[in-house]
Amino acid sequence: MARRAQPIAAWGAAAFVAALTLLPLAVVAWRAGGAFALGAGDLAAIRFTLLQAVLSALVSVGLAIPLARALARRRFPGRRLLITLLGAPFIVPVIVAVLGLLAIYGRSGLLSLGAGALGFGWPGIYGITGVVLAHVFFNLPLATRLILHGWLEIPAERFRLAASLGLDPRDIFRELEWPMLRAVVPGAAMLIFLICTTSFAVALTLGGGPRATTVELAIYQAFLFEFDLGRAAVLATIQFAITGAAAALALALARQAVLGAGLDRPVTRWDAARPALRVQDSTVIVLGALFLILPLGAIVLRGLPNLIGLPESVYLAAARSCFVAVLSAALTILAALALAHGARRARGFEAVGYLGIAASPLVIGTGLFLLLFPLADPARLALPVTIAVNAALSLPFALRALAPALAEVEARHGRLADALALTGWARWRWMILPRLRRPIGFAAGIAAAFSLGDLGVIALFADAENATLPLQIYRLMAAYRMEDAAGAALLLLALALAAFWLCDRGGRADAAV
Amino acid sequence: MLRFEGLEVTVGAHRVTADFACKAPGLCAVIGPSGAGKSTLLLATAGFLAPEAGRILIDGADVTGHAPGDRPLSVLFQEGNLFPHLDAFRNVALGLSTAGRVSAEERSKVADVLRRVGLAGKEHRAPAALSGGEQSRVALARVLVQDRPVVLLDEPFAALGPALRSEMLELVSATLAAAGKLVLLVTHDPDDALRFADQTVFIDGGRAAGPTATRALFANPPPALAAYLRN
Repeated sequence: MARRAQPIAAWGAAAFVAALTLLPLAVVAWRAGGAFALGAGDLAAIRFTLLQAVLSALVSVGLAIPLARALARRRFPGRRLLITLLGAPFIVPVIVAVLGLLAIYGRSGLLSLGAGALGFGWPGIYGITGVVLAHVFFNLPLATRLILHGWLEIPAERFRLAASLGLDPRDIFRELEWPMLRAVVPGAAMLIFLICTTSFAVALTLGGGPRATTVELAIYQAFLFEFDLGRAAVLATIQFAITGAAAALALALARQAVLGAGLDRPVTRWDAARPALRVQDSTVIVLGALFLILPLGAIVLRGLPNLIGLPESVYLAAARSCFVAVLSAALTILAALALAHGARRARGFEAVGYLGIAASPLVIGTGLFLLLFPLADPARLALPVTIAVNAALSLPFALRALAPALAEVEARHGRLADALALTGWARWRWMILPRLRRPIGFAAGIAAAFSLGDLGVIALFADAENATLPLQIYRLMAAYRMEDAAGAALLLLALALAAFWLCDRGGRADAAV
Repeated sequence: MLRFEGLEVTVGAHRVTADFACKAPGLCAVIGPSGAGKSTLLLATAGFLAPEAGRILIDGADVTGHAPGDRPLSVLFQEGNLFPHLDAFRNVALGLSTAGRVSAEERSKVADVLRRVGLAGKEHRAPAALSGGEQSRVALARVLVQDRPVVLLDEPFAALGPALRSEMLELVSATLAAAGKLVLLVTHDPDDALRFADQTVFIDGGRAAGPTATRALFANPPPALAAYLRN
């Protein structure tokens, strides 16, 4: 039988992930100690974290259902483009989207101007409105993709049968669509709830104050304003309890997640030919598209005039971000390949890679800070720590793309490789890497874009000397230098899109076989 | 020489036993009803299935525990004999060396073999840009450069159609058998055995009966073979 070397690389990758997820957790729990009292502010933070996550999940899913239905049963020019656009939130940095949303819904945004012209006041979106709005901006597309996938999984013959029986839309909803929604929607809502409990950058930029502080934001403030590491550790433990419970629930409810293609074919729906339904679907599609496009368009329009003549600090931060993104993406791919390979001997290796899903950046950051603070100046470690943490956080996505692909390569070509004694590096070189180009490119693109846009751990560690571009943009916003912030945001958006495009293209080039 | 000593292989509920030897050079056909265990015997010989009992010897050396790539044999399957992302030249060169650089000597060897199987000028085509017959020729070329004493063919030309299949089997006879190799050919077509194999192994009910001269066997078939040939 084929001898296989011990998966040393897989053990190394597993140790890497554990050092970045489990170890910080242990440190946080140890530092938090046994007994601690929660203040009124802490309880408010817990309440707000749960409330905004519930609202974000409900609104995202509630709006996604009509949008997914309209996309499932209509053909129109630009449908493909719109569905591609639904993947954009995986790539658009949070801080960029926040600036775009402010440009539309903010106190000096587009809607505010319209309201002012009509003589109304405009409240702006800081606080819970903004937090939920930003979360919906990111998760409505995700929910739409998940639910659309469910819709397209209903066999076309059933709709044909329904049409031949003359069922009206209400019957079809009850018989075909409701059972699908009941299966898909809870998992989608729980996944979004989970994502929203760990989203730090949105709370940092749009939340704040006693009424809109999440636990993650409270951790950050405990660091920054009070340097109260004990309190940060207590809050981090609470945060972990929330995400851990949410992750367990999400996992229990999860159906197959959708990253890739397969959403291209609309189903012919005879029942949907009624004019009223046409108008309804068209309205939903137009509104959905505008909701996604307007903020991004605003970034481009506001950023373009400010792109030239940005402060030097922005370009330095951009260079740092690119450096971080390249290394982080490389680390992600190496770890994902090692774990996917190791998982062929022991499934546990793949499970380890998914630890990052339940990890929150601020909890990891707190743990690593506690761990490293006595040893070295955290600011000097800001970039290495960010590179490693970003890699651990994008690892689940990469693994999701690479592990099944690797298993398929081995299933299809492994026998030939065994017959030719392709072992070790030769097997990677002649079989695995060439066959995995596409998923590697895709995963590297996602990891690079995620790392470019990340505003999490870096906020705890960095000082003015080593800020990344998202952190620099946040600082410009905090200093009310909105023109520079808009220009820098456009630069960041362009970098993130370019990084994804380059990696994804690289994986596709002459890979026609 | 390929020898099976008390070999027993089990796959699921199927069991195959073999206890015989095939002598080089020449082409030895393995025939029998589908599901009788033809491919099982071949997979065990190639090292993809571990036998429960018995030994496999090639030229006197016990290879039973060896990894597939470490056995002194080459193998072609029904499909998947080429890496689709590598061109014909590289697919053949992998039979010589798995290093990135190909020495000038290896290069001319590969080019020579590709010419012998009729693929001169098509070295840098990807498998997808070659016809089914040409793909089989690339795989055969790799077997030729590997230059191992035993070659296992598990119906690698089954998808080609009768005329092309005959052509490929003629090429196998003209190259491999002529070079002194022992070729074990699994086939579902008794005619292939009659036309190309000097010896034939008949597998029925999980028992592989040792090789017999093909013409003599077909002229005077045992009852099980007679029943199989009637279908």
